[in-house]
Amino acid sequence: MVASTASPKTLAGWTGDLLAQLPAPSGPLTDVQRRGRLALSALAPPSRHQEAWRFTDLTLLASLDLGPSAPNARRHSPGDSSSGPSETSARSETVCLHLDGRSDPLAGLVLPAGVTPLADSELVLALGHTLAATGCEQDWPVELNHACASQLLALRVASRAKVSLELVSDGGTGLLPLRVLLILEEKAELQLCQRLTAAGAGLTSLVLEAHLGRGARLEHGLVALGPPEAALLAHLALEQEPESEVRLVVASAGWGLSRLEPRVVQVDGSATTTLRGLQLVTGEQIADTHSHMAFEGPEGQLDQLHKAVADGRGRSVFNGAVRVPRAAQRTNAAQLSRSLLLSDRARIDTKPELEIVADDVRCAHGATVSCLQQDELFYLQSRGIAAEQASALLKRAFCEEVLRELPAPARLWCPFERLLAAADPAPAAQSGLAASTLPRVGQEPEAPEGEKG
Amino acid sequence: MSLFSDSFVSTPVIRPDADVLLEIRGLHARVEDKAILKGVDLTLRAGEIHAVMGRNGSGKSTLSKVLAGHPAYTVTAGTVTYRGQNLLELSPEQRARVGVFLGFQYPVEIPGVSNLEFLRVATNARRAELGQEELDTFAFEDLVRERLTVVQMDPAFLDRSVNEGFSGGEKKRNEILQMALLEPLVAILDETDSGLDIDALRIVAAGVSQLATADTATLLITHYQRLLEAITPDFVHVMAAGRILRTGGRELALELEERGYDWVDQELASLELG
Repeated sequence: MVASTASPKTLAGWTGDLLAQLPAPSGPLTDVQRRGRLALSALAPPSRHQEAWRFTDLTLLASLDLGPSAPNARRHSPGDSSSGPSETSARSETVCLHLDGRSDPLAGLVLPAGVTPLADSELVLALGHTLAATGCEQDWPVELNHACASQLLALRVASRAKVSLELVSDGGTGLLPLRVLLILEEKAELQLCQRLTAAGAGLTSLVLEAHLGRGARLEHGLVALGPPEAALLAHLALEQEPESEVRLVVASAGWGLSRLEPRVVQVDGSATTTLRGLQLVTGEQIADTHSHMAFEGPEGQLDQLHKAVADGRGRSVFNGAVRVPRAAQRTNAAQLSRSLLLSDRARIDTKPELEIVADDVRCAHGATVSCLQQDELFYLQSRGIAAEQASALLKRAFCEEVLRELPAPARLWCPFERLLAAADPAPAAQSGLAASTLPRVGQEPEAPEGEKG
Repeated sequence: MSLFSDSFVSTPVIRPDADVLLEIRGLHARVEDKAILKGVDLTLRAGEIHAVMGRNGSGKSTLSKVLAGHPAYTVTAGTVTYRGQNLLELSPEQRARVGVFLGFQYPVEIPGVSNLEFLRVATNARRAELGQEELDTFAFEDLVRERLTVVQMDPAFLDRSVNEGFSGGEKKRNEILQMALLEPLVAILDETDSGLDIDALRIVAAGVSQLATADTATLLITHYQRLLEAITPDFVHVMAAGRILRTGGRELALELEERGYDWVDQELASLELG
């Protein structure tokens, strides 16, 4: 798949061409593919006339020529821990799964104790359940994934098991449809580190749904670093039973177009949800996060922080919907959106969208858009730190608030320098940032060669 | 007419042969369209401690920020010479590197930036200017722990973000710690005593006194005489309406403490009438 140089297509035309070129439905998702293709042929694609897509220009998507997907030749081999995960991860209990959208991700792999693949009979019941519970099963990006995905990672984590998994999709070019289904039984604990990258023009489509049983815990760190000629559409649908806990931390940069939709429902309340998001845009990039949090029972908790850095002519969009119906009394929710505007040609659109019917709740929200603080810059400069380095430090400090909350393996994938390089490769290299910036608070400084220990 | 006897209008010279470190002549500066400094003259020689006192709005803090190169202030006239060099031509970071230090009245909190590493980067920037070897993490830790004793500061503050969540006293100690590490030749301390309790004031003042040597000059900007009980200035300057109205010895500070600033207004009015 390459970016088109021909006359621009409409998104509807692009969708039609895609459907025409897809191979016949096959594999474990045959029925889903059929349904998705039917739906996609009937659905009007998103447009800026729709409120939910008002700020998101999908021109890039429609400009992607269809063609056979090509894997990334740079796929990590075991033991390559410099920038990626491996089958021999530092955490002995961690298992790394490569999702390439074409082959069975479990082939030849021994799953850790407490993790089993879902049986076909379970799939029939579970697949799409959380998408429906979070109200997105008929969304266009989800149907697009339904139409295209032929492989599925579907796992069950047994009650009281504590498991760590890494999911890696080092995309090459072309269409990469990824479908993940996770079921965490009562008091199961899963640390899930997921990495999405792309090597060139293409579309990565991710649909992940996870159901957390009572008292279960999911810590999900998603690092998505793409090139400006690629697009990312991701739905993360999470369904929580009481006393369960979700910590979702997403860091993304570099995609020409990204649309992330974390959608969480606490089905009977009394659960805890922590959402962290960081997106960087520059050039002509568009990053759009539409989060949706629904409390369907009392005493649920939400702690959400979304941060964005917009430079160049980039556009960052955040829409944070929180639904608190009458049944969700004593909900305690806090949402904060903080954005850094670094260019007068960049644009940030941020909107809290709180719908509160219950009367005994605490729902706080806030949104700030600011430039780098002149008083902070001056303070650093007044200590001999050059203006450019001071700016980089402040930008880093802004991002670290989210990055440091990534689960440890994902943090290794996404140091600030890498995030910055993904967002804007040339300036990061020119500024020598990696050599001169400071480690985050709490991080052990790198010892010089020969001085460790 | 002055309310003070002539004995207060003395201009003692401590070491007339000492090197002039900072010379300010006819300095005018404005912020946006408002003129703040209207002709400041001041000379700081090595080994001297000067105190600038004055009401709120007299231009004391503006003077400190202009000397440090704050971008919000524009110099409209006058000169500032630092060891023979035009200070006003230098960027804020260059001023710091050559040895001009501003201790902030309100030190800025910078969440996410490690205080220890901030101090190390700043110290190395100064050392590079002096032609000294850059300190690695380990060598710097040794140095900073030694300098912590100057302000009796808990090492735990090194592991936190710059000034984040520090009390007023802790922030001021952190300022003096920076001064101890950067070893400036001219230290300008803006309201270093504000927000300090008696114990913290004593510690900070002792630190400043310890760092003031025969080779350095210190400019204390303060409202109150209490700081000057702990740090004995060689010169006290009274600032009003953007310029130095009177210069004297420590007695001038005592007189201000006793009689307030009303006489300053009267003197200013008589000057303007005259």
